[in-house]
Amino acid sequence: MRISKWLVPSLYILFLMLPIYWLVSMSFKTTNEILRGFSLFPQEFTLENYAKIFSDPTWYWGYLNSLAYVSMNTVLSVAVALPAAYAFSRYRFLGDKHLFFWLLTNRMAPAAVFALPFLQLYSSIGLFDTYLAVALAHTLFNVPLAVWILEGFMSGVPKELDETAYVDGHSFPSFFFKIFLPTIAAGIGVANFFCFMFSWVELLLAKTLTSVAAKPIAAVMTRTSSTSGYELGLLAAAGSLTIIPGAIVIWFVRNYIAKGFALGRV
Amino acid sequence: MNKTVNQKAWFLVLPVIILVAFNAIIPLMTVVNYSLQETFGDNTFFWSGVRWYEDILHSPRFWASLGRQLFFTFTILFIEVPLGVAIALTMPKKGPWVSVCLVLMSLPLLIPWNVVGAMWNIFALPDIGLLGNWLNAVGFDFNFTRQTGDAWFTLITMDVWHWTSLVVLLAYAGLVSIPDAYYQAALIDGASKWKIFRFIQLPKMKRVLTIAILLRFMDSFNIYTEPKVLTGGGPGNATTLLSIDLDKIALGQFDLGPAGAMSLIYFLIILLTSWIFYTLMMRNEEQ
Repeated sequence: MRISKWLVPSLYILFLMLPIYWLVSMSFKTTNEILRGFSLFPQEFTLENYAKIFSDPTWYWGYLNSLAYVSMNTVLSVAVALPAAYAFSRYRFLGDKHLFFWLLTNRMAPAAVFALPFLQLYSSIGLFDTYLAVALAHTLFNVPLAVWILEGFMSGVPKELDETAYVDGHSFPSFFFKIFLPTIAAGIGVANFFCFMFSWVELLLAKTLTSVAAKPIAAVMTRTSSTSGYELGLLAAAGSLTIIPGAIVIWFVRNYIAKGFALGRV
Repeated sequence: MNKTVNQKAWFLVLPVIILVAFNAIIPLMTVVNYSLQETFGDNTFFWSGVRWYEDILHSPRFWASLGRQLFFTFTILFIEVPLGVAIALTMPKKGPWVSVCLVLMSLPLLIPWNVVGAMWNIFALPDIGLLGNWLNAVGFDFNFTRQTGDAWFTLITMDVWHWTSLVVLLAYAGLVSIPDAYYQAALIDGASKWKIFRFIQLPKMKRVLTIAILLRFMDSFNIYTEPKVLTGGGPGNATTLLSIDLDKIALGQFDLGPAGAMSLIYFLIILLTSWIFYTLMMRNEEQ
């Protein structure tokens, strides 16, 4: 009984881990070994691929650039989404339902549709190749998502909390920052997590809006595969490293994952 | 919750509106402009009316891409949703290992999309990839860069690998919110496993599953980076989904007019379908 209970989840996790294992194992192989043929485990174990990444500024700056715009985007998205989500969860106002759907439609916009106009827009206001450009562009799909998640969590907080606070003499800002935000701390954590996630994994816009100074790690990877031959080991090492920030962030929100993925609507 | 009417709430949503409008409306208008004009690449534009729309709607190429897109989206929905629900149902509700399980399952969701594509490319290479090598070793003639069927198999397996966890997590969230008393009542009534699923678990999961289907529909219809890196739309045009086709027209051939018209048709399809899902979902929430 105990074994059968875990059988299906274990098999599923095994299926999830196989490609990841292959990527990581590839990153410890030398180019020679990779080209020579198939081997289940690295035969000539090497850290050379990682050494190259950590010693070459174009490589490690790729990671730092990505982390920079992702953090900016996360802070920005959640900050503007908080008051909006409060409005949607507490008040009825002219056009509220249409507005909510309009926000969501931006979550649906294919990045491929917007790539070229974005390039022109951000070039014309002089933000091309800056962190801010990517951070702002990613708000297109992250702000609607953050509003949606936070609205779910806020609707779970009874309205009596607001009313009691006003009776106790709190002003709106004092209530909002001192009482309300701590109450929905879990929701804010989850919203941060989702904004981080979608900004970290999106590359089309990030690549389009940058050239040198703010180039994301993904763009560095594509350049490597096209110019310096097909260095699979190096590519695999770079790919393996991109998994780490996500894994760390997941670990922080592990207790809220289930509820968070339901966007607070259970 | 009964909400109070308060028009001042507009001030609270204003920052969001400004930010999203800047990012959504200006680029969208640019696309609309392109779609109604003709250019010869020297920055002069001529009015061309709805010609590009007619062209796109009459082009077999567009319908072929749309067909492939629909096939892709519905195939992955039909695999990922039942599979995700089935896995969530077998997950234990409590215990220290549940967190570990959830963390491991979420891992694919946080890998950058081009890395997902590259990873599956390396994984499925017929000679030195684990999957490709094994498939060939057990007697399949597997080569995803040459054979259409193999390319589709790899593409769909990749998406199942990438996104089933989202359905699992959502369904799981719905399941753990069911109070134990419901199950005890079902036990007393002598309800079968199927009856418990049909009348207790499924209704509780309805809401989160609608979110799951909505998200999976939108995202799979927009999918670009992963197939681009994995197969590049090939072999030939076999796995050229809508966004890859669009990219070929817009950035490959720089035909801004047709690309603009196609973008808008593409966007409208997603919008319309999502609106239907959304209306259904909101009706559920109000009940």
